[in-house]
Amino acid sequence: MTNSFAEFARAKMFLVIGSNMAEAHPVAATFVKNAVLNGAKLIVIDPRKHRLVDFADRHLQLKVGSDIALLNAIMHVLIQEDLYDKAFATGCCTDFEKLKEKVLEYPPERSADICGIDPNTIREVARELAAVKPAMLCYTLGITEHTCGKNNVMTTANLQMLLGNMGVACGGVNPLRGQNNVQGACDMGALPNVYHGYQKVDDPEIRKKFEKAWGVTGLPEKPGLMIPQMMDGLANGRVKGFYIFGENLANTEPDMDKVAHELDSAEFIVCQDIFPTETTRFADVILPAAAWSENDGTFTNSERRVSRVRTASPAPGEAKPNWWIFKEIAKRFGHDWPANSAREIWDNEISGLAKNFNGIKYSRIEADGLQWPCPSEDHPGTCVLHSSGEFTCGLGRFSPADWSPPAEIPDEAYPLVLSTGRRLYHYHTRTQTGRCEGLNDLLGEETADISFADAERLGVEHGEAVTVRSRRGAVTVKANVTSEVPEGMVWMAFHFNEGCANRLTNAAFDPETLTAEYKACAVTIEKIDQAAAG
Amino acid sequence: MQSQKITINDKCLNFNPGQTILEVAEENNIWIPTLCYLKGATPTGSCRICVVEVEGRRTLSPACSTPAEPDMVIHTESPKVVASRRDILELLLASGNHNCPLGSGREKDWKAAQNDDSTELCPACGDCRLQDLAVYYQVTGEKYVRSKEPEPHPPMETVNPFIVRDFSRCILCGRCVQACNEVQVNRAISFGYRGTESKIVAGIDVPLRDSDCVFCGECVQACPVGALVEKNARYQWRPWETEVIRTTCPYCGVGCQLNLHVKDRRILKVTGVEDGAPNKGRLCVKGRFGFDFIYSEDRLKTPLIKENGGYREASWLEALELVADRFKEIIDRGGPDAIAGVSCARSINEDSYQMQKLFRSVFKTNNIDHCART
Repeated sequence: MTNSFAEFARAKMFLVIGSNMAEAHPVAATFVKNAVLNGAKLIVIDPRKHRLVDFADRHLQLKVGSDIALLNAIMHVLIQEDLYDKAFATGCCTDFEKLKEKVLEYPPERSADICGIDPNTIREVARELAAVKPAMLCYTLGITEHTCGKNNVMTTANLQMLLGNMGVACGGVNPLRGQNNVQGACDMGALPNVYHGYQKVDDPEIRKKFEKAWGVTGLPEKPGLMIPQMMDGLANGRVKGFYIFGENLANTEPDMDKVAHELDSAEFIVCQDIFPTETTRFADVILPAAAWSENDGTFTNSERRVSRVRTASPAPGEAKPNWWIFKEIAKRFGHDWPANSAREIWDNEISGLAKNFNGIKYSRIEADGLQWPCPSEDHPGTCVLHSSGEFTCGLGRFSPADWSPPAEIPDEAYPLVLSTGRRLYHYHTRTQTGRCEGLNDLLGEETADISFADAERLGVEHGEAVTVRSRRGAVTVKANVTSEVPEGMVWMAFHFNEGCANRLTNAAFDPETLTAEYKACAVTIEKIDQAAAG
Repeated sequence: MQSQKITINDKCLNFNPGQTILEVAEENNIWIPTLCYLKGATPTGSCRICVVEVEGRRTLSPACSTPAEPDMVIHTESPKVVASRRDILELLLASGNHNCPLGSGREKDWKAAQNDDSTELCPACGDCRLQDLAVYYQVTGEKYVRSKEPEPHPPMETVNPFIVRDFSRCILCGRCVQACNEVQVNRAISFGYRGTESKIVAGIDVPLRDSDCVFCGECVQACPVGALVEKNARYQWRPWETEVIRTTCPYCGVGCQLNLHVKDRRILKVTGVEDGAPNKGRLCVKGRFGFDFIYSEDRLKTPLIKENGGYREASWLEALELVADRFKEIIDRGGPDAIAGVSCARSINEDSYQMQKLFRSVFKTNNIDHCART
């Protein structure tokens, strides 16, 4: 997030796109609702009428995967009607002309055909966005989990730059991160192209710095593989040894049958986890890890705040802290790492080796955490990024993009769009929440959420078991007939192994980020008797 | 805006127009008791425990909802104020099933309350603001006798996994209603009925499970008495027996700050860190109630090595040697890039740092990733 949660409650306007915040980030949503009660405007762009829509001034129920068409049309109106922030768009940003040229190809009438939103509504929304300044834009995986995910993200940034909503409190582009420490895992360099603090592996100066700090030579120059490439590598034999730390890939990756084949092809798999999962059954060695409350350490949240995690209970049996396990493996390769606690790792290595973290030490985050960039020990941390009007690469650069449809669109055989996400009472593949008695009590099984119109057409009753089928596989779940979902759409989560939506999802990826298109694939729904007969 | 002056307990204090008496007092570390007041929500002034004496005014004024005015002279513990608070406390203690040693004073022998077959002892004893204030103001609960003794208490609601609602101990302060409607804005509960029939209701007076409740538990955290209690912590948790450990929630990317209430190295309950960034004391259902997975019997407790289609337990020594040997052998045969690793977006920063360091500096490959984009 460029901005911070503390700004939500006093923001004047929100544009929430592709984010089921009330279920996936419930506490963040409370601050949005507080702002709305205080008079803030809320525009929700989402195919589903999710819970936050109850508080929205406008709900643009666009078609799945048409975000760029809609946002480009909004920008079209802003430019055509001269409503954009000229000083910011031309003074603080480059490539405005490129943006202009592109969005002028998207008059509301053209985009309306793609996204299903009335052209006049598009015009009104553009005017409303221009009328209130600043506005906060929040998005989640509804933006990223598409084959055009990167372009979606760029387009949200284009809009906020055009409106001059960057670098100011209560504005910005704010992706709400899904996991507690997905921000931290990125920041720490668990990415194939960067060390921690986003220092590039292909920069010789940076490599030299880490070679010196770590007392090694010959750090690899070439960026490594991303997860989907690793999975391909397992199948084609290029990747032979696979180390899976705390991820349940067998259920979280799209097209579960394909994933099972890939994991099965590995020569040697190590899984390091707190529970046996659908993935650990592919492992040759399983290492037991200490869990959340059995560790001292830090998490970094969506707003870049590094906060403390503390030990409350002992790890069961022989389970060990993860950092210890990695250190012990390094030792067997002749590397003796000095740090002997999470605190020593942070204070003595992480903090000193990346400018963003120079000022963050355990002694400073006993109470509230600090938000990076925090370059020195007297720096208060950074709530709002780019607040001097300057962007990471100098100036903000408009990156206009064309709309492109999802990789798989409904057809006669598979006439419905399946979109997936999370529900309030569970988390991911339930390795944790599935072992919380009360949460299972509140939500015990997966459903296929469908509209009243489709239910009637199919002759399906609420609560009736149905088969949802895609080109990859089929699952049998109960139908949840709801007004949240528009006609033509099926919505499911991937929490339960039984009826997991990832048996159906399409392993099509954004060409650059290799993020899978979890939000759109084509399915059909069959009544059980039909499925049996067919 | 220019700051102005008032006097509280003979101290001359600055305030900003718009501040209430309570806010000015709190800012200056002057304690005024509150029950219904919920920080950040609209003051209702309903319980009257925060009344103070304002010179020149005929009646006492509730500090939570009276704006400070220039040159006000205020007394927060004058005899008149104390007498009023004692009377309010007597009434509240007599209003319901407050069968702690204090609330049962009217029984003469508090042990008699335990023999009341309609009820258990209050689970909030020791964690009750009403009890604290009764102790502070030496109120025994003997003054008023309830019209019907013993009355049938309304039944407790226990039909959900997390929250026990005991209406017999509710003092109708309305903090839960504000927590639900103004703080979390889930709009599941409200005041229902009228007069002596008044009750906090979910939906049209249905169990929480059948209402719009999403079990965030904000109401439990707001309840000053024993009316709303975490089901699993009832009678397990005594505040003086537990250690409070602050940590960060293990679920979504908001990073809520939690207080873990720990007894004998076991987490008994979780509350939000009031005023802590970023959540300001708020939590969701997973953060507040989703912690018991760590005690699951399914936990992996020892290294396991695959053998003959099954797994056998192994020592760390054996498992680590095996991992190192196999990786060395694969690197010798296929080069460093024949190894790949996926880190964990749930675990601490230090773990991810350590794993990428292992891959880069020891294995000599950049094949390290995690589920960053999903």
